[in-house]
Amino acid sequence: MANVPDNLHYSKDHEWVRVEGDTAVIGITDHAQEQLGDVVYVELPKAGEDFAAHDSFGSVESVKAVSEIFTPISGKVAEVNQSLADEPEKVNKDPYGEGWMIKMKMSKSGEVDSLLTAAEYEDFTKAESE
Amino acid sequence: MITKVTTHPSQNEQLIFERSQPGRAGFSLPALDVDETSIDEMIPRDFQRDDDLAGMPEVTEVDVVRHFTRISTWNFSIDLGLYPLGSCTMKYNSRLNEKVARIGNFANLHPLASEAESQGALQVIYELQQHLAEITGLPGISLQPAAGAHGEMTGIMIIRAFIDARDGKEASSRRRTMLIPDSAHGTNPASAHLSGFTVKTIRSTAEGLTDLDHLRELCAHGDVAGLMLTNPNTLGLFEKNIQEICRIVHDAGGLVYMDGANMNALVGVARPGDMGVDVIHLNLHKTFSTPHGGGGPGSGPCCCTKEMEPFLPVPRIVRVNNGDTSADSRSEIPNYRLDYAQPQSIGRVKAFVGNYGMMLRALAYILTHGYDGLREATEAAVLNARYIAHGLLTDYEKPFDSPPMHEVVFTDKRQARKGVHTLDIAKRLIDYGFHPPTIYFPLIVSGAMLIEPTESVGRQELDQFIEAMQSIAREAVEDPELVLNAPHTTRIGRLDEAAAARKPVLRWRPKENTEPLAVAGG
Repeated sequence: MANVPDNLHYSKDHEWVRVEGDTAVIGITDHAQEQLGDVVYVELPKAGEDFAAHDSFGSVESVKAVSEIFTPISGKVAEVNQSLADEPEKVNKDPYGEGWMIKMKMSKSGEVDSLLTAAEYEDFTKAESE
Repeated sequence: MITKVTTHPSQNEQLIFERSQPGRAGFSLPALDVDETSIDEMIPRDFQRDDDLAGMPEVTEVDVVRHFTRISTWNFSIDLGLYPLGSCTMKYNSRLNEKVARIGNFANLHPLASEAESQGALQVIYELQQHLAEITGLPGISLQPAAGAHGEMTGIMIIRAFIDARDGKEASSRRRTMLIPDSAHGTNPASAHLSGFTVKTIRSTAEGLTDLDHLRELCAHGDVAGLMLTNPNTLGLFEKNIQEICRIVHDAGGLVYMDGANMNALVGVARPGDMGVDVIHLNLHKTFSTPHGGGGPGSGPCCCTKEMEPFLPVPRIVRVNNGDTSADSRSEIPNYRLDYAQPQSIGRVKAFVGNYGMMLRALAYILTHGYDGLREATEAAVLNARYIAHGLLTDYEKPFDSPPMHEVVFTDKRQARKGVHTLDIAKRLIDYGFHPPTIYFPLIVSGAMLIEPTESVGRQELDQFIEAMQSIAREAVEDPELVLNAPHTTRIGRLDEAAAARKPVLRWRPKENTEPLAVAGG
């Protein structure tokens, strides 16, 4: 079974969010990387770009397909994980750690609370694969 | 267990560079019987290369022939067996079409020859246009686009130009949303984006069809320029609400573009123009049996309504009545002309008239089939897909209940419980002598296998394919390792696709410390 850490928030598009003060760290879940297969390229935005919740902020290319990645929350990109340009495999190996994608200065504080908890996300992925 | 196996007889092959031996050549020239002229007198120094063609392989003619012939046996091709790539329509390319395309009078005609000297060639284009207009129910045709995605983009540019003219530039600039279902081909959003539109995705229903409520909701904002729809869609299902879909988009001031990738399910039976579609592209290299794969050349004609015709690329190929001499006093007036006098046209999208050889092949295909034959081909394509759908039902998960059209989607859901996935099934199919189907597309179906047999195969081969798939389903239960490590009968086993994509080696370089391939020092 895919790893779903308790301390994170999750979206139905299979992104996770970790809150660090007013910053949100965003990446894709273990379940998502499993479904995608070996990731070969990650396209990310530039620091300073603004996104509203549910906007596509980049894409992940695997040996199977190219998939868009959506930000679950609104804000301005503060930092981008540049190392994924050379080592996209980090998304597969460590999706919640070194495979993080962007850090976002949150502009709407309440948004995180509307995301799924670990238990809810686990139920959601189970229902999806039924 | 295996009833049909192809093997690859030749061992690994060196690169042609590695076969090189200094001094070898494929020719020997006789002694000069004229005075030798210095190369500097004939070609200015600036245009001469000074590297002595370093590194070019030095080989004989037979070296070259054997090298490429051996490599060619590693290919799988449509002439070798069933090639059931869903949505790609890999049908047999008849030899007659090839013969027609090689008729010297066509093949040797210079593209810059005058209209008067190109009448027969232009007539071929004109007549193909007439046939395609009848087949699609859309009278405006341009045969210029060189491929499906090219025809798509041409269609979207025409939509934009049409709305610019209809609403005025300013009002048109507020209509920049293109609606695309989540099951669409990836080229659709790319074409829309390149033409300056923002893409909004329409959900599919649990039945696998366009969600009408979601479509209405997206159309309510007044910013919709159009909808890009594939019908039958990429799940192989006919969008039965197509007329209602077109009405919703038209009422919102938008136009309907249909991706013609799946026209193999409709030709001779139903016409997009009658369904309310405004623009469509066709793939001559799919539906009309011109060669497909290996990079083309393809041909992606763009067909549209009378209202949109003025925006098609120029030159248009038109017929001028012989009696219509107007002010022209010349006695011989060409019947067929290249018409550039279309002020609203989006302009040229391809050099000359497009990929002309494909037009000859497609016309030959249409004329040899005739109306009844085209209809029969469509019916056979749908019947074959339904035969496979039925044959695989007990062993594989079919995510949508409705009967498929020309292609059917299955998933690896049952096999995945044993750790055997779509990729493994596809690789194992190679051992049985078949090209794998399209896998992991459409994206909305997890572990998708999209199977399109086309009308080119008979029942015997369909049964062989079904038996192979059934056999793999059994292997997935009894001996999963066998499937997970497939293919076993090929020259090489499974490739590391991830490494190939992450760290591609795009250029061969000679190894250090080995004998130089070219004559060092000249």
